[in-house]
Amino acid sequence: MALLTAENVTKRFGGLVAVNKLNFKLEQGTIASVIGPNGAGKTTFFNCIAGFYHVDEGTIDFDGTKINTLRPDQIARLGVNRTYQNIRLFANMTAIENVLVGQHRHLHSPWIAAVLNLPGTRSEETMALDEARRLLRYVGLQGRGDVLAGKLPYGDQRRLEVGRALATKPRLLLLDEPTAGMNPIEKQQMTEFIRGLRDDLGITILLIEHEMRVVMGISERITVLNYGEKLAEGTPHEIQTNPLVIEAYLGRSKESETPGGAASAGKPASAEGPSSMAGAAGS
Amino acid sequence: MNVAAPTTGAGSSTVRSPWRPAIRTGLLGALVSVYLCVVGIVPIFNQRPLVAGGMLGMSGPLISLGQTALLLTFLGAGFLAARRAPSGRRQAVAAGVIAGTISGVALSALVLIGNAIEIRNVLLNASPALYNLLTFNNGVAGFWLPIVFGAGIGGLAAGLSLLGPKLQRSLFVGLLSVVVLGLFAGLVRTPMLTSPLADLGRLLFAEEGLTVFGAVLFVALAVGLHQLQRTYRIDRRIALMPADRRRTVLAPAVIVLALMILVLPESLGSFFAQVIAIVALYVMMGLGLNITLGLAGLLDLGFVAFFAVGAYTVGLLTSTAELGIADWSFWAAVPVAVLVAMAFGAFFGLPILGIRGDYLAIATLGFGEIIRILAGSDLLKGLLGGPQGIINIPKPFDVPPGSFLAGPNQIYYIALIGAALIAFIAFRLRGSRLGRAWLAIREDEDVAEAIGINLVQTKLLAYMLGAAFAGLGGAVFAGLVGSIFASSIELFVSINVASLIIVGGMGSIPGVIVGAIFLIGLPELFREFSEYRFLFYGIALIAMMRFRPEGLLPSRITLRELQVAENEEPPGGAVGGVVAEAEAT
Repeated sequence: MALLTAENVTKRFGGLVAVNKLNFKLEQGTIASVIGPNGAGKTTFFNCIAGFYHVDEGTIDFDGTKINTLRPDQIARLGVNRTYQNIRLFANMTAIENVLVGQHRHLHSPWIAAVLNLPGTRSEETMALDEARRLLRYVGLQGRGDVLAGKLPYGDQRRLEVGRALATKPRLLLLDEPTAGMNPIEKQQMTEFIRGLRDDLGITILLIEHEMRVVMGISERITVLNYGEKLAEGTPHEIQTNPLVIEAYLGRSKESETPGGAASAGKPASAEGPSSMAGAAGS
Repeated sequence: MNVAAPTTGAGSSTVRSPWRPAIRTGLLGALVSVYLCVVGIVPIFNQRPLVAGGMLGMSGPLISLGQTALLLTFLGAGFLAARRAPSGRRQAVAAGVIAGTISGVALSALVLIGNAIEIRNVLLNASPALYNLLTFNNGVAGFWLPIVFGAGIGGLAAGLSLLGPKLQRSLFVGLLSVVVLGLFAGLVRTPMLTSPLADLGRLLFAEEGLTVFGAVLFVALAVGLHQLQRTYRIDRRIALMPADRRRTVLAPAVIVLALMILVLPESLGSFFAQVIAIVALYVMMGLGLNITLGLAGLLDLGFVAFFAVGAYTVGLLTSTAELGIADWSFWAAVPVAVLVAMAFGAFFGLPILGIRGDYLAIATLGFGEIIRILAGSDLLKGLLGGPQGIINIPKPFDVPPGSFLAGPNQIYYIALIGAALIAFIAFRLRGSRLGRAWLAIREDEDVAEAIGINLVQTKLLAYMLGAAFAGLGGAVFAGLVGSIFASSIELFVSINVASLIIVGGMGSIPGVIVGAIFLIGLPELFREFSEYRFLFYGIALIAMMRFRPEGLLPSRITLRELQVAENEEPPGGAVGGVVAEAEAT
């Protein structure tokens, strides 16, 4: 049975249908990508899975539990976590504190025990610190743990965000454009790193990505969204040769004015990009 | 201000670009110094000597606080002008002199105009006494003296601006230490005179202010200590020490400090002890609001309500007057007051859980007002006494008059113990799982929730624990005053508490204490300047937001990765615990 199943998911914003009757299945242990032009509804779909948005129609099912009516924290506790397109760290907390917050759901010592500094709390905190230090090392931030997250360089912030998500011990990790703004070498490293998450830690991974080299190199399944609808689905090879996908990305050759231009340029209806939707969720 | 205006026109039209910044700074200095004079700050400050002239054979003070205010204005003008000068040392000094001179000219003009025309009808403080002060007791004949004084100070400030930044800071600290010690000379001198250090006390401190010798010595000491700190970074070294070493280093300082606090009411008298007790009350409230606002980021402008709940609960449970319902002792009533405040915190928190930012401020403001109006209303008069309040609240300790714990002393100790206890709890909470969750909510509520933090639970706990701290503050207040009236529940208390957190440093526990000392303690100590209390309060708040928005003592980064890595402690020895013990005392 699939780890994540979305059936008939629809999300509307006023008159705009951001995600339209989407059916989606993700098998345990796969690395899958969601691609599509700007405004195709990718981030909206992520926000529906993570519980930031409530779907208007349809159901989302995670490992046998219906999650589309749950709160984000409840979904997180089931083992779903995510990173963000525009990095959203706790900027005024140190790197290691960010990772410690990530462990929140695995720590249980009540506040009174913390005030009294009972042995249980102490050993729990020691273990949490050890785990946090281990995670920092794992994402390559050893020695930077005491730096405020907002003051880290961009690449480190991306890594820290993954580290914080890993601290929740997710079974499904949603990565929203994990290599955005990175140079080719960093992209290559991030690709290897993501593969390691699946191979070494057994985490199922779903990512949104624009960089085709990354997508084709890492994904086992690819889903293409356009105007909130599923355009195609399959292996990287199937997607690369799918005429519908080529059309959505490059435009139809007869009508096209700028053959190489991004699809969104010719489609004013999808001007509301995913980033502005994430912004709406944050306000 | 009227005096400065004509100079503005003349200055900007005749002189061209390179000296523009100097002239502008000078005009600003002129404006500030004339303002300080005509609103009466300089005359009233002049009654407070900083350095006494006794050692130099003078009858009056050598330097008064009023002169210092003008001196600092001139220094600032000269310094800024020199900083903004285009290039070269000579230009910098010239710019400083120009700025200082312009400031001085304004004061001279004030003296001349004030003598020629009757301006006292409008500006009450423009008196002959003020002019005498400005001309160093030479009357109108000495009208040119402020110009010379201004030019000299401006040049001096420009010279200072050419020194290295390290030395500049040290000198600033030295100057500041003389101002502070000069102001509080009486507080240090009194206990010294009754101790074996009496002779030293007489050498350093005059009856009011410092002696010349003391002033020189303190400048030298402050500069030296500051240089040492800059060179050796003592605080950072201590922070990086292994926990056990740090404890041995800090323990003596902590013990000395604790002893000083313990004997303080004996040595400084009950007025000072009372001021500290009030500060401690505000520290309790401040630490409470620090949880909701500083850590969890939930602005609460009706915070005084929880203080009121604590105070009224103690009043009702202990009062021996007719409104008292239980005749309990203070000590039995305090825990109940805290619990009731917590319940109110939850009750208030529930409806406003989903409100964010500005809207939250307005909603909580409403809550505070509701409590204030209810407490003073006729509706609850039978229960809470309306405007007459609840009286005859017994003192915590029933001791015979004249004994050690009689009078304000016992409240001093109780308030201090309460504040220390709360600081300790707040410190432990901050480093805990709950504290981290609060910070995460403050930073980004959505992400915090997506990480698995239950917003409802965590926010409610922030409201409840914040309310509990304020409730304890209110309970102690009821014991301190012996009565509680609706008029004590002012909106201004809430604003005060929020301000002291912002001035001290959001989320920082030492910051709350420092903020309370600055915003609550200082105004109490300077009762003689109380007319200008809100003027300075406003200036301080604006200056803080402009120049140091992170607060006086912003919360420090706890070195958690490095700390343990260097320690190599066995897994059982909790580092957090040791830090807590070291800082809680």
